[in-house]
Amino acid sequence: MAAVSIDGIRKSFGSIPVLRGVSLSIADGEFLTLLGPSGCGKSTLLRILAGLEMQDAGSISIGERVVDGLRPKQRDVAMVFQSYALYPHMTVASNMALPLRMRRLSAVQRLPILGRLLPGAAGAAAKIDMEVARTAESLGIGHLLARKPGQLSGGQRQRVAVGRAMVRHPAVFLMDEPLSNLDAKLRVQMRAEIKELHQRLGGTFVYVTHDQAEAMTLSDRVAVMLDGELLQVAPPRVIYGDPEERRIAEFIGSPTINVLNGVVRERGLIDVAGSTIAIEADAHPGTPVTLGIRPEAFHQTDHAGHGALTGSVRMIEHMGADLFVHLDLAGVDQPLIARLAAERTTHVAHGQTLHVGVWPDRVLLFAADGRRLRRHVAPSRASITSIREVAR
Amino acid sequence: MSIANNRLSPLAGILRHAVLLLTGGLILVPFVWMVSLSIKPPGEVFRASLSLWPAQFYGVENYTKALTEAPLLRYMGNGLLVCAAVLVLQIIICAPCAYALAKLRFAGRDLILGMVLIGLLLPHQVLSLPLFVLGYLLGILNSYTALIFPYVVSPFGIFLFRQFFKTIPDDVVHAARLDGLSEFAIVWRIIVPMALPAVIAFSIFSVVAHWNDLFWPLVAVRDQSLMPPPLGIMVFKNEEAGNDYGPLMAAATLVVAPLLIAFLAAQKWFVEGMTGGAVK
Repeated sequence: MAAVSIDGIRKSFGSIPVLRGVSLSIADGEFLTLLGPSGCGKSTLLRILAGLEMQDAGSISIGERVVDGLRPKQRDVAMVFQSYALYPHMTVASNMALPLRMRRLSAVQRLPILGRLLPGAAGAAAKIDMEVARTAESLGIGHLLARKPGQLSGGQRQRVAVGRAMVRHPAVFLMDEPLSNLDAKLRVQMRAEIKELHQRLGGTFVYVTHDQAEAMTLSDRVAVMLDGELLQVAPPRVIYGDPEERRIAEFIGSPTINVLNGVVRERGLIDVAGSTIAIEADAHPGTPVTLGIRPEAFHQTDHAGHGALTGSVRMIEHMGADLFVHLDLAGVDQPLIARLAAERTTHVAHGQTLHVGVWPDRVLLFAADGRRLRRHVAPSRASITSIREVAR
Repeated sequence: MSIANNRLSPLAGILRHAVLLLTGGLILVPFVWMVSLSIKPPGEVFRASLSLWPAQFYGVENYTKALTEAPLLRYMGNGLLVCAAVLVLQIIICAPCAYALAKLRFAGRDLILGMVLIGLLLPHQVLSLPLFVLGYLLGILNSYTALIFPYVVSPFGIFLFRQFFKTIPDDVVHAARLDGLSEFAIVWRIIVPMALPAVIAFSIFSVVAHWNDLFWPLVAVRDQSLMPPPLGIMVFKNEEAGNDYGPLMAAATLVVAPLLIAFLAAQKWFVEGMTGGAVK
């Protein structure tokens, strides 16, 4: 177990900058997720952390130790890869034992038959076998130890890869999209198991994913990356409910946040899509602003006008407990998506005109350059509840 | 590829097999003729009528003569020794080279790969004169070393291994580094075992080429006790057999036999190694 400190990491491949000065500290025992779309540099950062790539500038410490010049095996980190990267010609037991054998046995002791005869080798090898068996048992793959990876299902291979990382008790676990190759159902199940694993082992986890559901459910903190930069590092509920930038708000949340252009009319009032909403904006009258409204920040109302938006229903998606209603607003290109509780929603039909009210304290305001405009209003209880809903 | 798409109408199937049988037959004719001659008495060899099976079975005499009048077993022992040494050294040298070219990033990598490709284009005969001079200067002519040394670095082996190694995901190499393996350990414990089909395919190419090689041994050795089988047979023909084709063909059959047996045994891997990476 160890804290990790990343300081000013830069990396380019040829003339293309991939990381533009990333700094981040990860606490001992923390579960931190690097979240971003593909190509944002999150995997590269993880590889640099593991020592598989060299940074162009910047420094990394694990625990008290600066690890910049150290080879991967000297850094005391273990990694789980998206492709699992198991050795296909070895059994599950050999796959999991290899990191221990490389560390505890000398080159001569590792020789196939002769090695066992050397003093101490047989005992050490037996201890390794025991630890492998115990780890495999805890992951529910104890009965598969004699098989080769080719004979296993995706979920089982995933467990072997996790087991290979676990067995040597590294200071830091690195996981590079470990669930991406699994089907949807298994992914949710393995997600829970990884969370449990973190709680049981208590190690420091750095987890790379482009899947926001994984980031939101697993992490203590999420680091949102875009184009080689860290945009925000914060707990999931802050990332969702209180993003620093419009890009973050647009990346997190499904369906995507509704983005509407508005203008500050006077202090406390904003004109948007033919209506006026009472929002305290930290801007002069006449300033163009962007409103980010989460689908669940709407509620059905029976009157148009102040604090409500009006549009015609373009599409309705029934999601069980909720309805996703797509609305065409006059003068707005993108349809608005409102998430309405099914039991409280009445008479919604295709083509109908619908009024939806907006909870003003749940609207996120952004300046023209994408920066967040603060309103000095504490988030309401309702918005916190809804974050829990999304994370679930 | 689905099985349904592969199914042909019976007529097309017959036609296809007919063509395959015909070409296969054409390729086999010299070999069949060789075996046939090896069991015929001298009188029947030049008979105008064409028959595969001799009127008088003379096989025992021919094969006995081949084995007794020329040191055929010695030649084959030489061939075995040279082929084994060449193959082992080739793999020991080519696999790390190919790994470096496939998986490591270093300045000049593409240039070196280009040089390997040029090496692939050059026929070995072109190099025989400089190699002969070099061998003379090193004082290794007329020895096993002279037969082995020029083949130890195989551009073909490097290229074939590199192509195969490239199909192995980088993540496997990364995982091995994190598990604490050195680069050489990665080559021998992870990459080469994973590339076993390629190694076997290369082994067949290498053994066939060097078992059958006549040109370089002709240049490099004079001592009959060092000669590999083809050179030995040539000398045997000139000195002992003259026009006695029966024993000569018996010797040729005996020389070819180990290769055929080895190929049939390893056929499955051979095809896999050649097409490996083509389809995922």
